[in-house]
Amino acid sequence: MSAPQAPSLVRRAAAAAAVLAALLVVPAVAGTYQTQLLTYGLTLAIAALGFNLLLGYSGLLSFGHSAFFGTGAYAVALMMRYLGVTSMELFILGGIACSAVLAALFGVVCVRHTRIFFAILTLALSQVLWTLAYKFFWITGGTDGLRVPFSKLTLLGGLVGFPGADAFAKFITSYYYYVLAAFCVCVALMWLIVHSPFGKTLQAIRDNETRARFLGVRIWRYRWLAFLVSGIFTGVAGSLWVPLNGLTTPDVLYWPQSGKIVFFAVLGGFRNFTGPMIGAVIFNYLEVYAVAVTEYWQITLGVILIVLVTFLPAGIVGSAARLAARFKRRREAAP
Amino acid sequence: MEIVVIQVLNSLFYAAVLFLIAAGLSLIFGVMGIVNMAHGSFYALGAYVTAWSVAAAASAIPPAALFIFLPLGAIAVAVIGLAIEPTLIRRFYRRPEEYQLLVTFGLLLVLEDVIRLVWGGTPRTASGLVDSLGLLQIGGLPYPVYNLAMIGVGIAAALGLWAFVYRTKFGVLLRATAQDRRMAAALGIDVGRIYSLAFGLGCFMAGLAGAIVVPSQAAVLGMGVEVIVLSFVVVVIGGLGSLEGALVGALIVSALRTITIQFWEEIELAALYLIAAIVLLILPTGLFGKKA
Repeated sequence: MSAPQAPSLVRRAAAAAAVLAALLVVPAVAGTYQTQLLTYGLTLAIAALGFNLLLGYSGLLSFGHSAFFGTGAYAVALMMRYLGVTSMELFILGGIACSAVLAALFGVVCVRHTRIFFAILTLALSQVLWTLAYKFFWITGGTDGLRVPFSKLTLLGGLVGFPGADAFAKFITSYYYYVLAAFCVCVALMWLIVHSPFGKTLQAIRDNETRARFLGVRIWRYRWLAFLVSGIFTGVAGSLWVPLNGLTTPDVLYWPQSGKIVFFAVLGGFRNFTGPMIGAVIFNYLEVYAVAVTEYWQITLGVILIVLVTFLPAGIVGSAARLAARFKRRREAAP
Repeated sequence: MEIVVIQVLNSLFYAAVLFLIAAGLSLIFGVMGIVNMAHGSFYALGAYVTAWSVAAAASAIPPAALFIFLPLGAIAVAVIGLAIEPTLIRRFYRRPEEYQLLVTFGLLLVLEDVIRLVWGGTPRTASGLVDSLGLLQIGGLPYPVYNLAMIGVGIAAALGLWAFVYRTKFGVLLRATAQDRRMAAALGIDVGRIYSLAFGLGCFMAGLAGAIVVPSQAAVLGMGVEVIVLSFVVVVIGGLGSLEGALVGALIVSALRTITIQFWEEIELAALYLIAAIVLLILPTGLFGKKA
């Protein structure tokens, strides 16, 4: 199989700029509801971006990323409830700190294994957090969860607040740009990470662990770092997601949430950089509209997942790239 | 003292259920190398089919005769398993593990909604079966005879499975296929048939677990999603792919669960998941697993 030729850096930058320009005008042309949906999609895309550093670039399938997403979300809710914090920047820092500590701890345990054992370990550890959030209800609110009302939130060090009755539309517009900025920072950072020597080493380990070890690469350390970075990105996603949702419940820590994050990556295609992000945004629309149309949206998602992994293992972006490459070859072959 | 006896019996009843689920999971992994995330949903399906058929027949036949419906849940699930393996799972044996996990996760999503579609959101019970066997006095405390009977079913299932795998010709073929698929095929074993039957047998056991659980506790939505992580804990402690491991793991997990519920209810599941993580860390192949 010949890999589709990678577009040049200039063309990629141009494409990224075009996408960014399109994203910038969304609140101006789309209504509040559509903007809100896309904001959800962007937060999930950050989670997918972090997740894919493990699946796509390190070859490790985590079935426990709900732990980091939920930690980011609960960090915000707990800070607001018990410390009286209202600043989004502090929330993000808190989310980073908590998810980093958690990922560092979980990572030490998980990266000793690969493949199915890695998946089960991440799953089991994430479920520890779920039961804690679920059972220690006097702290976490149990199944009722914790509220994070947007009216209490302030952005940009307290410059922007949303008091008043009709603040919702204003909140969505401002928060959309806030999340978009965070998203751009995350994408840029992750792009640098996967194209750095560190990222290349991860891919080398993924492709041939034995050879990488023979070259003197300390496999565990690289995997642990990847796990840490992945957890932090997903934690940030959870922190950004929770003010939008207004509420965090143990469901974000439950393992089907991890399954959703895996779904993002498979839907978009985890063998390329943009796939999981696009998968996350599409999944978000899919879920919202499937829930609106039918009570039985899980069947829809399940069937889509089965069809995807059976017939389109490269995902939407991967299959599109392959199709484009074939089209291009044919055009070149017949001048 | 009586309370200890009753707690031990409760723990054994729960161990019987866990063993049936985990043994099926382990059997499927041992033979085909597939970790079936939808296995808990097969368990839920068995519970719903049993509850539904018992409820449908309750007015027509005497309570004691309702026991013929217990195996029905298991058989129905086995038939579904026999249909799913060749049509869906078979495509994934040569694919990376990620895809195997994902396709069974997709199956889980579908099955969960099929259950909701067919039986709705209200919990279903078959408690008539428990009542029909009456109560036994254990040192002055009443205990349902049904639970004792089902501990017996669990023991019988364990013995039966052991005899099946280690004392029959099919068992030999099964173990040969698990050990070396290509060599087995070269020796003329119909590997595809073995795979189908192994998957069907695993599903049968999950369905049986659901069937014996549903008279004593209601079938509810999400019961499959809940139990699958717990059965992962069982097979991780016992060793993936090992039937002895599933038995010992089920006994350990249900004993721990009973103890933690008695003394510190909040950490019940957290403790179990942590123990599974620790076992994986120290003994990645579990107590009875073979070295990879």
